[in-house]
Amino acid sequence: MQPIISISGLAKTYDSGFVALKGVDLDIRPGEIFALLGPNGAGKTTLISIVCGLVRPSAGQVTVAGHDIVRDYRAAREMIGLVPQELTTDSFETVWNTVSFSRGLFGRPPDPAHIERVLKDLSLWPKKDSKLITLSGGMKRRVLIAKALSHEPRVLFLDEPTAGVDVELRRDMWQLVRRLRDTGVTVILTTHYIEEAEEMADRVGVIARGELILVEDKATLMRKLGGKQLTLQLARPLAQIPPALAHYGLSLAKGGREILYRYEAEREETAIVDLLQELGAAGIGFADLHTTQRSLEDIFVSLVAEPDAAEAAEAGKQP
Amino acid sequence: MNLHAVRAIYLFEMARTRRTLLQSVLAPVISTSLYFVVFGSAIGARIPEVGGVSYGAFIVPGLVMLNLLTQSVSNASFAIFFPKFSRTIYELLSAPVSHFEIVLSYVGAAATKSILLSLIILATAAFFVPLRIEHPAWMLFFLVLTALSFSLLGFILGIWADNFEKLQLVPLLVITPLTFLGGSFYSIDMLPPAWQTVTLFNPVVYLVSGFRWSFYGSADVAVGVSLGMSLLFLAVFVAIVTWIFRTGYRLKP
Ligand SMILES: Nc1ncnc2c1ncn2[C@@H]1O[C@H](COP(=O)(O)OP(=O)(O)OP(=O)(O)O)[C@@H](O)[C@H]1O
Ligand SMILES: [Mg+2]
Repeated sequence: MQPIISISGLAKTYDSGFVALKGVDLDIRPGEIFALLGPNGAGKTTLISIVCGLVRPSAGQVTVAGHDIVRDYRAAREMIGLVPQELTTDSFETVWNTVSFSRGLFGRPPDPAHIERVLKDLSLWPKKDSKLITLSGGMKRRVLIAKALSHEPRVLFLDEPTAGVDVELRRDMWQLVRRLRDTGVTVILTTHYIEEAEEMADRVGVIARGELILVEDKATLMRKLGGKQLTLQLARPLAQIPPALAHYGLSLAKGGREILYRYEAEREETAIVDLLQELGAAGIGFADLHTTQRSLEDIFVSLVAEPDAAEAAEAGKQP
Repeated sequence: MNLHAVRAIYLFEMARTRRTLLQSVLAPVISTSLYFVVFGSAIGARIPEVGGVSYGAFIVPGLVMLNLLTQSVSNASFAIFFPKFSRTIYELLSAPVSHFEIVLSYVGAAATKSILLSLIILATAAFFVPLRIEHPAWMLFFLVLTALSFSLLGFILGIWADNFEKLQLVPLLVITPLTFLGGSFYSIDMLPPAWQTVTLFNPVVYLVSGFRWSFYGSADVAVGVSLGMSLLFLAVFVAIVTWIFRTGYRLKP
């Protein structure tokens, strides 16, 4: 499939001499939700800004649906909607006017019905005649999204859409992103919240110090790196695992007071139920249980940590 | 041509003016009225005619030009400085609009405002002094040409300025003095010969002189020279704006 966005050898050195991107190659597939993860200053905003035309690249090419962002900027930009990281809105304009303005700016004829739909989708309809200065931060964030959606873009960039946003709005936003994906819109979002990438993304890219160090299907990534472990706290210590349960590959911990069971998150959901029944049948009672999972967060931290810090962390884990 | 965008920006800018209608129209009208009361009636009555025109009428073109220059520069510079300052400019820079379309819409809006204002001031002047316009078409031509040139200058200023102080400094330290010394209130041949020469280095002299010629048919410098200089300013400012967009100067890191 032809990528909707194709980035090759993209580099950026700011006038200060700071190298923010060091030759990034990345293809975004049409219709996917792509999460770009990375610590502060990694270069996420710089990458997005270049694609959207806000920052000039020092080297490399970007095409949007085959249109070069420099030579064929009009066709490329018409397809893109951008929600910036910072909350930047006019003050004295009304919600309705500012969103309609954005549509015109992107070369689309007025379409009040579409604007109305967007505002209703974002729960902004009751505020349509309010001046922007009177809105709360979360509302302003919605307005920025409405502006980005006003011209019916095929690609939506969300630069940290849920920074400083309450749980409810975050959930609303996730729903909106899914709905957009269902209509075929490609969504690229940056985030610090791993749970967001875990919840939303089809694919995950990790960027650190200006380099893209990993791009992977989220499911693959989770499977590769994210096995699960069930811990059972026993009512009475056990000397050894009964032979009948050997096929589970259980191990004992804490001097026989805990049973550990490692399993693959995806495939063996039902195995837990069986295990618990067999334990009951064998007369082994437990007081408590919990599962742990190596999350994207753990994976992420180990990937982006400074090399020596990562070594130190590894060393710290050894008993 | 992204006409929807040009229209959107132009109307946005005009709406901004409408919101501040009182201060943007009333203030210049009041201040010029005061000039006419003081110079036209009170003092002007004691000043002899200049080139066959009463002093009060003589200063009208200069005063209109003075307003046109300062208003064009301040309208255009603020229009582009403010989105830069509030960071809302990201949207403009990410939109499918060409540099020409950006300049056309912002400079067009700024020029429209200052031209309307100049016409209002002209109408106000007609209340105080006997007004005569010998070459109305040329009058409008000079008005539009100068409005465009100096709106472009304002646009450049607005991009160059990185704080409010700089934004106000140039109009205050450069444009206002040049307009006051540009023959708005006197004819150059009233000056001692040495100063006459110095004055010719003031670009505003050519603008005021040409404009006054379109009213009363007489001028400090040949009207062809005025026209040439006006076009030269336009060319220089267009060149600077072109350079700004080509390099992304102060707009794109
Ligand atoms: N205009 C600029 N001039 C010089 N350096 C810049 C400029 N803009 C960004 N940088 C630097 O480039 C690096 C990458 O910045 P960028 O904003 O892309 O990071 P980010 O991944 O978006 O970070 P965050 O998660 O904090 O938003 C940072 O070190 C930043 O200081
Ligand atoms: Mg950022």
